[in-house]
Amino acid sequence: MPTAVDREEVRRLVAAGAQLVEVLPSAEFEEEHLPGAINIPLKELDRETIRQLERGRPVIVYCHDYQ
Amino acid sequence: MSPRAAWRLESIGFTQVHDYVAGKADWGSAGLPLEGTRGSETRVGAYINRDVPTCRLDERLADVRAQVRAAGLDTCFVVNDEQVVLGRLGRTALAGEDDVSVEQAMSAGPSTVRPSLELERAVERMRGQNLSTLPVTSSEGRLLGLLERDTAEQALRELNRTAARRLSEGSQP
Repeated sequence: MPTAVDREEVRRLVAAGAQLVEVLPSAEFEEEHLPGAINIPLKELDRETIRQLERGRPVIVYCHDYQ
Repeated sequence: MSPRAAWRLESIGFTQVHDYVAGKADWGSAGLPLEGTRGSETRVGAYINRDVPTCRLDERLADVRAQVRAAGLDTCFVVNDEQVVLGRLGRTALAGEDDVSVEQAMSAGPSTVRPSLELERAVERMRGQNLSTLPVTSSEGRLLGLLERDTAEQALRELNRTAARRLSEGSQP
Protein backbone atom coordinates (compact mmCIF):
# COMPACT_ATOMS: atom_id res chain seq x y z
CA MET A 1 0.00 0.00 0.00
CA PRO A 2 1.49 3.40 -0.95
CA THR A 3 2.52 5.57 1.97
CA ALA A 4 1.59 9.26 2.12
CA VAL A 5 4.62 11.34 3.03
CA ASP A 6 5.16 14.98 3.90
CA ARG A 7 7.90 17.36 2.78
CA GLU A 8 10.35 16.44 5.51
CA GLU A 9 9.92 12.76 4.81
CA VAL A 10 10.50 13.42 1.11
CA ARG A 11 13.78 15.14 1.90
CA ARG A 12 14.83 12.30 4.17
CA LEU A 13 13.94 9.61 1.64
CA VAL A 14 15.66 11.41 -1.23
CA ALA A 15 18.80 11.83 0.84
CA ALA A 16 18.66 8.08 1.45
CA GLY A 17 18.41 7.35 -2.28
CA ALA A 18 14.71 7.43 -3.15
CA GLN A 19 13.64 8.18 -6.72
CA LEU A 20 11.41 11.19 -7.34
CA VAL A 21 8.79 10.96 -10.09
CA GLU A 22 6.58 13.82 -11.22
CA VAL A 23 3.45 12.44 -12.88
CA LEU A 24 2.16 15.69 -14.39
CA PRO A 25 2.26 16.25 -18.17
CA SER A 26 5.70 16.99 -19.58
CA ALA A 27 5.01 20.68 -20.26
CA GLU A 28 4.36 21.27 -16.57
CA PHE A 29 7.40 19.25 -15.61
CA GLU A 30 9.63 21.23 -17.96
CA GLU A 31 8.39 24.45 -16.45
CA GLU A 32 9.03 23.49 -12.85
CA HIS A 33 9.91 20.35 -10.90
CA LEU A 34 11.60 19.17 -7.73
CA PRO A 35 15.39 18.89 -7.99
CA GLY A 36 16.44 15.50 -9.29
CA ALA A 37 12.94 14.42 -10.31
CA ILE A 38 12.19 12.53 -13.50
CA ASN A 39 8.95 12.83 -15.43
CA ILE A 40 6.60 9.96 -16.16
CA PRO A 41 3.16 11.47 -16.87
CA LEU A 42 0.31 9.46 -15.36
CA LYS A 43 -1.15 8.77 -18.80
CA GLU A 44 2.17 7.23 -19.87
CA LEU A 45 2.82 5.24 -16.71
CA ASP A 46 3.13 1.61 -17.81
CA ARG A 47 5.51 -1.34 -17.71
CA GLU A 48 7.58 0.18 -20.50
CA THR A 49 8.06 3.70 -19.13
CA ILE A 50 8.83 2.56 -15.59
CA ARG A 51 11.89 0.70 -16.80
CA GLN A 52 13.90 3.82 -16.02
CA LEU A 53 13.13 3.25 -12.34
CA GLU A 54 15.06 0.89 -10.10
CA ARG A 55 12.73 -1.52 -8.35
CA GLY A 56 15.02 -1.96 -5.36
CA ARG A 57 14.89 1.73 -4.39
CA PRO A 58 11.94 3.61 -2.91
CA VAL A 59 9.88 5.68 -5.33
CA ILE A 60 8.14 8.97 -4.43
CA VAL A 61 5.46 10.19 -6.80
CA TYR A 62 4.00 13.68 -6.74
CA CYS A 63 1.94 16.10 -8.80
CA HIS A 64 1.02 19.73 -8.17
CA ASP A 65 -0.99 19.39 -4.98
CA TYR A 66 -3.99 17.50 -3.60
CA GLN A 67 -5.62 16.96 -7.00
CA MET B 1 -3.32 12.37 -9.63
CA SER B 2 -0.34 11.13 -7.60
CA PRO B 3 -2.40 8.59 -5.58
CA ARG B 4 -3.43 6.91 -8.83
CA ALA B 5 0.18 6.89 -9.98
CA ALA B 6 1.28 5.39 -6.67
CA TRP B 7 -1.28 2.60 -6.88
CA ARG B 8 -0.38 1.97 -10.51
CA LEU B 9 3.25 1.51 -9.56
CA GLU B 10 2.23 -0.96 -6.89
CA SER B 11 0.13 -2.86 -9.42
CA ILE B 12 3.24 -3.21 -11.56
CA GLY B 13 5.18 -4.67 -8.68
CA PHE B 14 6.91 -1.81 -6.88
CA THR B 15 6.90 -2.39 -3.14
CA GLN B 16 8.34 0.86 -1.74
CA VAL B 17 6.02 3.50 -3.12
CA HIS B 18 5.45 6.86 -1.40
CA ASP B 19 3.00 9.57 -2.33
CA TYR B 20 3.98 13.20 -1.67
CA VAL B 21 0.37 14.32 -1.83
CA ALA B 22 1.02 17.99 -1.12
CA GLY B 23 3.25 18.04 -4.21
CA LYS B 24 5.35 20.77 -5.71
CA ALA B 25 2.99 23.51 -4.55
CA ASP B 26 3.91 22.58 -0.99
CA TRP B 27 7.60 22.31 -1.86
CA GLY B 28 7.67 25.77 -3.41
CA SER B 29 5.63 27.32 -0.63
CA ALA B 30 8.29 26.25 1.84
CA GLY B 31 10.88 28.22 -0.10
CA LEU B 32 12.66 25.12 -1.36
CA PRO B 33 14.25 25.30 -4.81
CA LEU B 34 12.55 24.09 -7.97
CA GLU B 35 14.22 23.42 -11.30
CA GLY B 36 12.92 24.08 -14.78
CA THR B 37 12.40 26.71 -17.45
CA ARG B 38 10.29 28.97 -15.24
CA GLY B 39 13.19 29.38 -12.86
CA SER B 40 13.16 30.44 -9.26
CA GLU B 41 14.03 34.02 -10.25
CA THR B 42 10.39 34.66 -11.17
CA ARG B 43 9.30 33.87 -7.60
CA VAL B 44 9.21 35.96 -4.46
CA GLY B 45 11.53 33.50 -2.72
CA ALA B 46 14.51 34.65 -4.76
CA TYR B 47 14.31 38.22 -3.41
CA ILE B 48 13.62 37.82 0.29
CA ASN B 49 15.57 39.87 2.79
CA ARG B 50 16.14 37.22 5.44
CA ASP B 51 17.80 39.55 7.90
CA VAL B 52 14.59 40.73 9.53
CA PRO B 53 14.28 41.60 13.22
CA THR B 54 12.00 39.41 15.29
CA CYS B 55 10.77 39.61 18.85
CA ARG B 56 8.68 37.69 21.40
CA LEU B 57 5.32 38.47 22.92
CA ASP B 58 6.72 39.23 26.38
CA GLU B 59 9.49 41.63 25.36
CA ARG B 60 9.38 45.34 26.17
CA LEU B 61 8.90 47.81 23.37
CA ALA B 62 11.98 49.83 24.34
CA ASP B 63 14.22 46.77 23.91
CA VAL B 64 12.69 45.81 20.58
CA ARG B 65 12.93 49.36 19.23
CA ALA B 66 16.69 49.41 19.71
CA GLN B 67 17.05 46.13 17.86
CA VAL B 68 14.90 47.30 14.94
CA ARG B 69 16.76 50.58 14.57
CA ALA B 70 20.06 48.72 14.50
CA ALA B 71 18.74 46.68 11.57
CA GLY B 72 17.79 49.82 9.65
CA LEU B 73 14.13 48.80 9.33
CA ASP B 74 10.89 50.15 10.73
CA THR B 75 9.09 46.90 11.37
CA CYS B 76 9.52 43.84 13.55
CA PHE B 77 7.79 40.46 13.46
CA VAL B 78 6.49 38.82 16.56
CA VAL B 79 7.23 35.10 16.46
CA ASN B 80 7.04 32.11 18.78
CA ASP B 81 9.70 29.46 19.40
CA GLU B 82 8.78 27.80 16.09
CA GLN B 83 9.33 31.08 14.21
CA VAL B 84 5.61 31.19 13.41
CA VAL B 85 4.42 34.76 12.89
CA LEU B 86 1.98 35.91 15.57
CA GLY B 87 1.99 39.62 14.87
CA ARG B 88 3.80 42.64 13.57
CA LEU B 89 5.07 45.86 15.07
CA GLY B 90 4.92 48.67 12.53
CA ARG B 91 6.41 52.15 12.77
CA THR B 92 3.54 53.54 14.87
CA ALA B 93 3.47 50.62 17.26
CA LEU B 94 7.23 50.79 17.74
CA ALA B 95 6.92 54.43 18.78
CA GLY B 96 4.76 53.46 21.77
CA GLU B 97 5.58 53.67 25.48
CA ASP B 98 8.82 51.99 26.57
CA ASP B 99 7.26 49.64 29.10
CA VAL B 100 4.43 48.40 26.92
CA SER B 101 4.75 44.72 26.02
CA VAL B 102 5.04 43.56 22.45
CA GLU B 103 1.81 41.62 22.86
CA GLN B 104 -0.08 44.79 23.75
CA ALA B 105 1.39 46.85 20.95
CA MET B 106 1.39 44.43 18.02
CA SER B 107 -1.08 44.01 15.20
CA ALA B 108 -2.14 40.37 15.20
CA GLY B 109 -2.27 38.12 12.16
CA PRO B 110 -0.50 40.22 9.52
CA SER B 111 -1.05 39.29 5.88
CA THR B 112 1.75 37.24 4.43
CA VAL B 113 2.68 35.70 1.08
CA ARG B 114 4.42 32.47 0.11
CA PRO B 115 7.87 32.38 -1.47
CA SER B 116 6.34 30.54 -4.43
CA LEU B 117 4.18 33.53 -5.36
CA GLU B 118 5.04 35.02 -8.76
CA LEU B 119 7.06 38.19 -8.28
CA GLU B 120 4.77 40.05 -10.66
CA ARG B 121 1.73 39.24 -8.49
CA ALA B 122 3.56 40.40 -5.38
CA VAL B 123 4.47 43.72 -6.99
CA GLU B 124 0.87 44.21 -8.13
CA ARG B 125 -0.29 43.60 -4.59
CA MET B 126 2.19 46.03 -3.06
CA ARG B 127 1.25 48.71 -5.57
CA GLY B 128 -2.48 48.08 -5.18
CA GLN B 129 -2.36 48.24 -1.40
CA ASN B 130 0.43 50.82 -1.23
CA LEU B 131 2.70 48.52 0.76
CA SER B 132 6.45 49.01 1.03
CA THR B 133 7.09 45.46 2.25
CA LEU B 134 5.45 42.04 2.31
CA PRO B 135 6.28 39.42 4.93
CA VAL B 136 7.01 36.01 3.47
CA THR B 137 6.14 32.85 5.36
CA SER B 138 6.23 29.13 4.70
CA SER B 139 3.02 27.11 4.44
CA GLU B 140 3.39 26.39 8.17
CA GLY B 141 3.40 30.11 8.93
CA ARG B 142 7.13 30.34 9.70
CA LEU B 143 8.79 33.64 8.89
CA LEU B 144 11.19 33.36 5.95
CA GLY B 145 11.87 37.07 5.51
CA LEU B 146 10.63 40.27 3.98
CA LEU B 147 10.06 41.26 0.37
CA GLU B 148 10.88 44.94 -0.06
CA ARG B 149 9.06 46.83 -2.77
CA ASP B 150 12.11 48.60 -4.21
CA THR B 151 13.93 45.30 -4.57
CA ALA B 152 10.89 43.58 -6.07
CA GLU B 153 10.17 46.33 -8.60
CA GLN B 154 13.78 46.48 -9.72
CA ALA B 155 13.94 42.69 -10.12
CA LEU B 156 10.69 42.66 -12.06
CA ARG B 157 11.96 45.34 -14.46
CA GLU B 158 15.06 43.26 -15.07
CA LEU B 159 13.02 40.09 -15.62
CA ASN B 160 10.78 41.89 -18.12
CA ARG B 161 13.80 43.30 -19.96
CA THR B 162 15.31 39.81 -20.19
CA ALA B 163 12.04 38.34 -21.43
CA ALA B 164 11.69 41.08 -24.06
CA ARG B 165 15.26 40.54 -25.22
CA ARG B 166 14.70 36.78 -25.57
CA LEU B 167 11.49 37.40 -27.49
CA SER B 168 13.28 39.80 -29.80
CA GLU B 169 16.14 37.39 -30.41
CA GLY B 170 13.70 34.57 -31.04
CA SER B 171 11.78 36.59 -33.65
CA GLN B 172 14.90 37.39 -35.68
CA PRO B 173 14.81 35.75 -39.13
